[in-house]
Amino acid sequence: MSMPINGIATRLGSLSLGLILATSSVGAWSGQKLVIESWRNDDSKIWNDVIIPAFNQQHPDIELVFSPTPPSDYNSALQAKLQGGTAGDLITCRPFDVSLSLYAKGNLEALNSLPGMENFSDFARSAWVTDDGKDTFCLPMASVIHGFIYNKELFEELELEVPKTESEFFKVLDTIKNESRYVPLVMGTSDQWESATMGFQNIGPNYWKGEAGRKALLDGSEKLTDPQYVQVWQQMAKWGPYMGRGYEAQKYADSQNLFTLGRGVIYPAGSWDIPTFNDQADFEFAAFPPPVPDGQDTCYISDHTDIAMGINAASPNKEAARTFLSWMASKDFAELYSNELPGFFSLSNHQIDIKDKVAQQFLSWRQDCEQTIRNSYQILSRGTPSMENELWNVSTQVLNGTLSAEDAAQQVEAGLQQWYKPHQ
Amino acid sequence: MSQPSSIQRRFPWHILFFLAPGLLIYVTFSVYPLLDTLWLGLFQEDETGQRFFAGISNYKTLLLDAAWSEPFWNALWNNTKFFLIHMLVQNPIGLFLAALLSSPRLRLSNTYRTLIFMPTMLSVVIIGFVWQLLLSPIWGISEGFLYSIGLGQYFDAWLGKESSALITLALISVWQFVGIPMMLIYAAMLSIPDDLIDASVVDGSSAWQTFWHVKLPLILPTIGMVSILTFVANFNAFELIYAVKGALAGPNFSTDIMGTLFYRTFFGFQLQSGSITMGAAVATLMFLIILVGVMLYLFVVQRRMKRFQL
Repeated sequence: MSMPINGIATRLGSLSLGLILATSSVGAWSGQKLVIESWRNDDSKIWNDVIIPAFNQQHPDIELVFSPTPPSDYNSALQAKLQGGTAGDLITCRPFDVSLSLYAKGNLEALNSLPGMENFSDFARSAWVTDDGKDTFCLPMASVIHGFIYNKELFEELELEVPKTESEFFKVLDTIKNESRYVPLVMGTSDQWESATMGFQNIGPNYWKGEAGRKALLDGSEKLTDPQYVQVWQQMAKWGPYMGRGYEAQKYADSQNLFTLGRGVIYPAGSWDIPTFNDQADFEFAAFPPPVPDGQDTCYISDHTDIAMGINAASPNKEAARTFLSWMASKDFAELYSNELPGFFSLSNHQIDIKDKVAQQFLSWRQDCEQTIRNSYQILSRGTPSMENELWNVSTQVLNGTLSAEDAAQQVEAGLQQWYKPHQ
Repeated sequence: MSQPSSIQRRFPWHILFFLAPGLLIYVTFSVYPLLDTLWLGLFQEDETGQRFFAGISNYKTLLLDAAWSEPFWNALWNNTKFFLIHMLVQNPIGLFLAALLSSPRLRLSNTYRTLIFMPTMLSVVIIGFVWQLLLSPIWGISEGFLYSIGLGQYFDAWLGKESSALITLALISVWQFVGIPMMLIYAAMLSIPDDLIDASVVDGSSAWQTFWHVKLPLILPTIGMVSILTFVANFNAFELIYAVKGALAGPNFSTDIMGTLFYRTFFGFQLQSGSITMGAAVATLMFLIILVGVMLYLFVVQRRMKRFQL
């Protein structure tokens, strides 16, 4: 008679054991899995093959999934996911207001006490702190530097010298245009952002004197209609004739292909183009900083704090996420990231070696030139119209030759005047 | 007599029962979101995401504040142009193709029908990509093609010029969707009884006269329906512009239509942060524009249309 009871007991026992095992394994699995939201879909391979395995060597218990969205959809997709409660645990942060508003809405965790945050200077964190500077909500990852990448072999073929000043720059462009069939300046205006980013923000800091000008624009003591800003658009207005045929319909990918196929000579670049060019170009290429206006000694570069990572405030795995971020603050990560993605320069204070030659060139300008960030990113794109959108629009028109430099300046300044007190 | 009409007066539960599934789905997925959008447009949000009631202030901003109203009127005007191009190009071509297809002497008409309808079934992203390549001044074949027929000097970077970008995009859209009016009109033409055509031929009318005086009046209601479908689809259009020109719809917002304006407002763009409530206001205006258009058609055009019993 005891058999059936025994049987039942055993069955119950094994069942409950099974349940415990099942729940605990589910717990272990879900407690340690982190999903990373990012717009860097170009970097999927490096995350999956290099960065995540390197992290797992030290923390094998945390599973990481890199889940990127295409860059142009990222902000909207992330917003929708955060509202729907389906966003990943780790959020790649855009600089300034986009992330700041996420923090204000309570979507991002404050990271002031994160171990490792002390490795980042105020400058490095500036894009991810509240306006009063009290709270930091994303861990800075990298900055990108602007300049011009050129095809070294074509430079030798045409016996060209790297231009240092504005007039030398146009002399080089003239030579290419008159003596060869190559496209002198490889850039298109169809996607519009290149006009503002690779054009205006690339050569601009030389004219508005970097940080001094950026701050003056913020406090209203300088206006976009001042000569130092109009001059930037005047320079760009001269680019049109050197850009390829039909550049008005040329997209970013077209430009990259034109350059890597060796059909163009100079490419207004962001340092993030280096990995793509390393992959695709079978010739040697190098970089030079934006040429200074004639007679100016100091050079200024755009060294833009571009990418960071924060923690989704609604994440159930915050501890694991903090562990990961602390690891990202380490020297190991800085070296790994900067070398696997040459052109993204770690913002931490660690001394790191960069092996890629072109990336080294970009980085060396930090010693020679004054750094600044893009002037439209902090505060000035907050209202309507957003200054960044305006810059895309007018810079494209200036390059297309459909708007004068003066009118471009007038339009952006008028936009700021509509909502920004210091400019009213 | 002793039992009054209890059977007749019973509530018709079965009607409700059969209506319920469709009604429920329609209300949950169509009526409720629509009403919620209308409602949401009356709110505003502060920077912490807290919502508060704001009456019609979103609409005031949208229609009276220059920073919002200029993009709005620009988008509305561009959208109107987009629609007019469809009306003037897509629907006449659709009608023409349908007339050709319904001709009994045309061989391989099924093949043509399938081929012409094919682009409609492709994804807009593919259409955008293919046409960008075709029209690209760098890699495209259209320049070479134009030269080979002696029109090379007219080639330009059409998709990149302020003056031609919207027209080019509208024509790409026409190319993609011309199959729909063609199919609808073709179906209407097939339903015209042969004896009517025969009678007109016997009476001595030419092919053109038969078309103009017999077929066209009979398919007019279908053309009306095609027009209203075009109107609704065009004022809801978004994908093609977004796929080809991005959400900033350049150059100089010359390709900005209501859909892209809504996208930028609702989701934000680059550094511009999105506003759900303002987006809802834009969506409401889009809804009202479409509503007014459809009502105008229903009350002004459709009532005057003659219908014939076939």
